Amino acid sequence: MGNLLTATGLKSYYRTVQGEEIKAVDDVSLEVREGEVLGIAGESGCGKSTLASVLSFTVLPPLYILGGEVRADGNNILVMDRETLRREIKGKYISIVPQGAMNSLNPTMRIKNFVIDVLEEHFSEISKEEALQRARERFEALSLPSRVLDAYPHQLSGGMKQRTVTVISTLLNPNVLIADEPTSALDVSSQKIVIKLLVELLRRKIIKSVVFITHELPLLRHFADRIAIMYAGKIVEIGPMEDIIFNPFHPYSRLLTSSVLVPEPGMKQKKIEAIPGVPPNLKNPPSGCRFHPRCPSYMEGLCNIEIPPLIEVKEDHRVSCFLYGGKNG
Amino acid sequence: MVEDRELLRVENLTRIFGSGKSQVRAVDNVSFSIKEGEIVSLLGESGSGKTTTARLILKLLPPTSGKIIFRGKDITYVSSRKELLNYWREVQAIFQDPFSSFNIFYSIRRVLNNALRLVSESISREEREEMIKEVLLSVGLNPAEILDKRPYELSGGQRQRIMLARVLLIRPKLLVADEPTSMIDASSRAGILNLLMELRNAYGMSIIFITHDIGLAYYTSDRLFIMNSGKIVEEGDAEEIINNPKDDYTKKLLEDVPVIHRKWEL
Repeated sequence: MGNLLTATGLKSYYRTVQGEEIKAVDDVSLEVREGEVLGIAGESGCGKSTLASVLSFTVLPPLYILGGEVRADGNNILVMDRETLRREIKGKYISIVPQGAMNSLNPTMRIKNFVIDVLEEHFSEISKEEALQRARERFEALSLPSRVLDAYPHQLSGGMKQRTVTVISTLLNPNVLIADEPTSALDVSSQKIVIKLLVELLRRKIIKSVVFITHELPLLRHFADRIAIMYAGKIVEIGPMEDIIFNPFHPYSRLLTSSVLVPEPGMKQKKIEAIPGVPPNLKNPPSGCRFHPRCPSYMEGLCNIEIPPLIEVKEDHRVSCFLYGGKNG
Repeated sequence: MVEDRELLRVENLTRIFGSGKSQVRAVDNVSFSIKEGEIVSLLGESGSGKTTTARLILKLLPPTSGKIIFRGKDITYVSSRKELLNYWREVQAIFQDPFSSFNIFYSIRRVLNNALRLVSESISREEREEMIKEVLLSVGLNPAEILDKRPYELSGGQRQRIMLARVLLIRPKLLVADEPTSMIDASSRAGILNLLMELRNAYGMSIIFITHDIGLAYYTSDRLFIMNSGKIVEEGDAEEIINNPKDDYTKKLLEDVPVIHRKWEL
């Protein structure tokens, strides 16, 4: 199976009015494979939502792309002109469910009118009836009540709104769906329903892969195939889900996985520790490995000077840490 | 840690919003009691009435019926400013929305000074400054960076920490913590919770967590109260409920929480 999306050396910075740069995504490379759910996890401010914007071409000033490329179908889509991008790629090849999708619906518009707008934009000949018919079939196929189409957003519950937005963003059968914290505002039961919907979309081959961005590792445990851990604008570890959850290599991933609180027998007796310190300000990220000021395995004279490369430690499992090699000479 | 003296008891507490057809029984005949030094959680999903219960206990909202008894005294109908201030000296809250909890015109220094004034008027300015710096450090904030800022200049997580700092200054008998870590990352959530649990150990403070986070409730609490549509559907020892839930709603809730060692069927 091939890669649907390959990002290499992506750099994307916010530029402030004062001319400062916030290095939210700094030299990130990853690939999205056909048929997989790729989870991206990290603390707030680690650049995971920025990465979502870059991958889904929703980059707006003050965010700028400064380097790297994103290849889809053999083309570098970062250099495509806006019009082609909008017509050919957005929604069709890559689609996004943004953070706070619950507020992305127009409150004065019935859902069906929004759906018609979306479809008319991409198929100029489609009639309103056809568009509506298509939407209705899709809603029913995914066991969402089609009466949702006649409702206004405020008449729907949070979970239902989130599912509606997800179905609308996949109406054009995109290859890659980027879901940016789609469930963080939902109750656990609605969260599970949304996850089920995503899995169903994959199963029916409506979408070919999902990039799921979240700060909640336990959630990824249940449906991700691979997980990438981000810290301060960089990917520090990427590998198969089971490896990352149960046997992480990078000191940051280790601390992150041991700081989760889940209601499982025995958890109460354990003392859960927070990761000491706070994530760095990305205006002036620490030199060398960006995690070194908080790292328990910090090596003076190495970690604070050189940037550890992302190297393969196991099959399909890469880590950026000098504990596992990668030192020059 | 947990004393045998009862701190707070609510009896048949009910709060109804609206009237006629659109009437909502947000809190429906809820009764429970908390001992000194005990940590409990009111656990439920959105709309279960847990925040309304918190507001009733805090005397921010009058109940439709029922009683609130604090340290043996019925305070359900207490309403004078003086008595309320006395009550709030002993019962404090951390709210889920740190964005609307502070006066945006006040600097953090002023917010915290006001909190100290609630405790005592007789502390000197220098002493106050010292105490404030100390608590800010203990909640993981840098005083020099924070003190002259106003709430809108801080992130959600920082604001929640400021609320914690207030609690550390006032040291109430009872703390009502309404989703205290919803805006804080998982990686630092444990730190805040450990800090709150230490407060219980050090000062015998009781805490009511109002939360939908079952992991948090289980980790911190002695007892859990599971709420669904205004009613407590199950209550008991935290360990017992997690291992052996009895009520159907509790079972469903536990099934839907993502845990590590049991994978969902999807």
